Amino acid sequence: MSEYVAPLRDIQFVLKELAGLDQVAQLPGYEDATVDLVDAVLDEAAKFAEGVLSPLNIPGDREGAKWSANGSANGDGPGVTMPAGFKEAYALFAESGWTALQSDPEWGGQGLPKLVGAAVTEMWKSANHAFSLCPLLTGGAAEALSLCGSDTLKKTFLEKMTSGVWTGTMNLTEPQAGSDLSAIRSRAEPQADGSFRIFGQKIFITYGDHDMAENIVHLVLARTPTAPEGVKGISMFVVPKFLVNADGSLGARNDAWCVSIEHKLGIHASPTAVMAFGDHGGAVGYLVGEENRGLEYMFIMMNAARFGVGLEGVAACERAYQRARDYARDRIQCVETGVRGGPRVPIIRHPDVRRMLMSMRAHAEATRALAYVVGAAHDVATRHPDTATRRRNQAFVDLMIPVVKGWSTEVGIQVASTGIQVHGGMGFIEETGAAQYLRDARISAIYEGTTGIQANDLIGRKMAREGGATLNALIEEMRALDADLGQASGEHFAAIHRRFAAGVEALAEAGRWIVDTYGVDVRAASAGATPFLMLLGIVAGGWQMARAALIAQAKIDAGDTDPFYQDKIVTARFFADHILSQADGLADCITFGAPGVMALDEDRF
Amino acid sequence: MKILVPVKRVVDYNVKVRVKSDGSGIDLANVKMSMNPFDEVAIEEAVRLKEAGIATEVVAVSAGLANSQETLRTALALGADRAILIETDVELQPLAVAKLLKAVCEKESPQLVIPGKQAIDDDSNQTGQMLAALLGWPQATFASKLVVNADKTAAAVTREIDGGLETIEIALPAVMTTDLRLNEPRYATLPNIMKAKKKPLETTTPAALGVDVAPRLKTLKVAEPARRSGGVKVADVAELVEKLKNEAKVI
Repeated sequence: MSEYVAPLRDIQFVLKELAGLDQVAQLPGYEDATVDLVDAVLDEAAKFAEGVLSPLNIPGDREGAKWSANGSANGDGPGVTMPAGFKEAYALFAESGWTALQSDPEWGGQGLPKLVGAAVTEMWKSANHAFSLCPLLTGGAAEALSLCGSDTLKKTFLEKMTSGVWTGTMNLTEPQAGSDLSAIRSRAEPQADGSFRIFGQKIFITYGDHDMAENIVHLVLARTPTAPEGVKGISMFVVPKFLVNADGSLGARNDAWCVSIEHKLGIHASPTAVMAFGDHGGAVGYLVGEENRGLEYMFIMMNAARFGVGLEGVAACERAYQRARDYARDRIQCVETGVRGGPRVPIIRHPDVRRMLMSMRAHAEATRALAYVVGAAHDVATRHPDTATRRRNQAFVDLMIPVVKGWSTEVGIQVASTGIQVHGGMGFIEETGAAQYLRDARISAIYEGTTGIQANDLIGRKMAREGGATLNALIEEMRALDADLGQASGEHFAAIHRRFAAGVEALAEAGRWIVDTYGVDVRAASAGATPFLMLLGIVAGGWQMARAALIAQAKIDAGDTDPFYQDKIVTARFFADHILSQADGLADCITFGAPGVMALDEDRF
Repeated sequence: MKILVPVKRVVDYNVKVRVKSDGSGIDLANVKMSMNPFDEVAIEEAVRLKEAGIATEVVAVSAGLANSQETLRTALALGADRAILIETDVELQPLAVAKLLKAVCEKESPQLVIPGKQAIDDDSNQTGQMLAALLGWPQATFASKLVVNADKTAAAVTREIDGGLETIEIALPAVMTTDLRLNEPRYATLPNIMKAKKKPLETTTPAALGVDVAPRLKTLKVAEPARRSGGVKVADVAELVEKLKNEAKVI
């Protein structure tokens, strides 16, 4: 058995020494986020993740969320029943205040920085991916409402959503409108009282129905009768499961029903709902903000959600690593390589198993470092008093969100798969628990925009549109670090320096090619979009691992004997030799690979 | 009614401890530290008494290095009202801790002191008993149930003893040490963690309390337990019985 143990040492290192918690704590409104307070928050979150959420992970997967035709709370219609223990765990989660960690204090939130939220979210996701989606979506929906909703809507919904008494959802997808939201057909008909009646079907609605909260606040994209075609004619509506009376109490059941849930590869405990709005006369909805600006509002929550899903990649790496490591320590098989006739040894002694474990560990640390650094930049971009600093950090965040989302989740899948490989045949058996991580991690590279969508966003909106300015600034920052690496001594740093320098130049060359090509042959540029996203992830991850190694060396030089720092340098070196070394190949694949992607005629497939 | 709860910062129960190579003690460098689990039970019991309207104030006390503050903040986050740190870098032994707590009790006059029955690092199981003796107060150790009477002059305490359970009545003020079955400690809530930062934490020293904490015992050597030697397979029940009879001589 492998119990999840929150990797607090590395989390604290990244928060304090890499991502700059002390600087974030100096931003207006974040003064409470001092090191000792954050330590206390992390300790308690770790206890909750380990003690409450993690034990429900395997049972939740086996039992799954259940839909039935009379599954609603009072049996008057269809609804979803959560696996045993989830309702109680969610109640304890909400009572403990975890839903309110990053929320606006005006509505009862604690207003802690995204950097701290990132660390805590990673723990929820490592402990129980399926559970973690409910608070993730509620937080995103509340954020969109607080930024775009009227005062009445905010007063009606935000306090209850912040405390977790009510949960929230995003209703975007329709059968014909997946990645292409311009094809949305749900209708919103204006009523005399200013409200709307919503009609239409939505699919893939995460936590669209469940029995953990007394009300569910759906944010629904739909078209008003006068709306223009395409993405410019989409509006956002609040459609609560139960209408809310003027005094805040719950009123009539709204005409918004979960008519079935999906059978999925993973995250079985997370109900993925088909929602029917208006089958019985129309679901009452309230317009959020202005008509036809729904997609813009949805993207506010989408960016937060994409960052949150990126953390799923980090979480998958960490959890899969821990289980594989525990197994490799216990499993005795074969004598040690190069020893004749010796005793059989734990498989962790075998170089190929060791390589797999190092790769898992290095990816966990690199994806974590990059995600938290982007989280800290988000805090600076939101709260720093200086406009130029805010703008610079926002540009960095905008560039890196698709990378944190796309790269981390692709890596999470790969690492979860390696975790199975470490287990050998036992990994393919569900009882060992390694397979669930792969099944659960698989969705992260799909929902909230597939890796391909992230990659197109990266090379189009985030690079070509501004001539690659933010990317070039980032590359300059990386080159500055390269100079520091050149000065560090020892064979580990020599290896890191060599690989990092080559990686940065590969990134620069491929980035230039993407920006230059985008205007003249957008199809060729797009053919290289995903490899470019992976390249930027690898080099940015290597950049953070190199920074971490330099910080670790400075600690060692100052007499710190914590073996963590030695380990960090070795892990950074592994990342450089085994992962950063792929940068050249990826750059070639981007700059030379387009003809091979598009040359075959469609009918040759 | 005021309750005093001593809490100790110890190696986290999940950590596999290592003996220092020179055998002088346990290697504490870079090891995760937490509140002694028996003390968590003690804080929980005190907080429940306050929530039930029986106690009016819960004071957490710790003695040791400055970083014992973290443990006190945890106690505050779990519901203690204020905290006292007796700061010293001298290695504290049970008698010294009992004397320090006696000095604090004389200042604070609690009706009930609830130490954990033992700390999971040295497993001494002495401090509570010594404190009761020094104060001349009744003691109820290894408690699994506590009922304070209506006028708060006495309490019925159920104790976990070898043969089962024993219920005794003690006059207050008294010392009651906790066993694990007394309650199940809660998780600290996020708002309470935030509020804990602002609750009062007073720092004092053994000298200020007039207590000599010099160690009375000397640690000669700390060693890992002997490794378990491998077992043997027996062919059948007869051989097992034969070996138990003649080799192990247990039947």
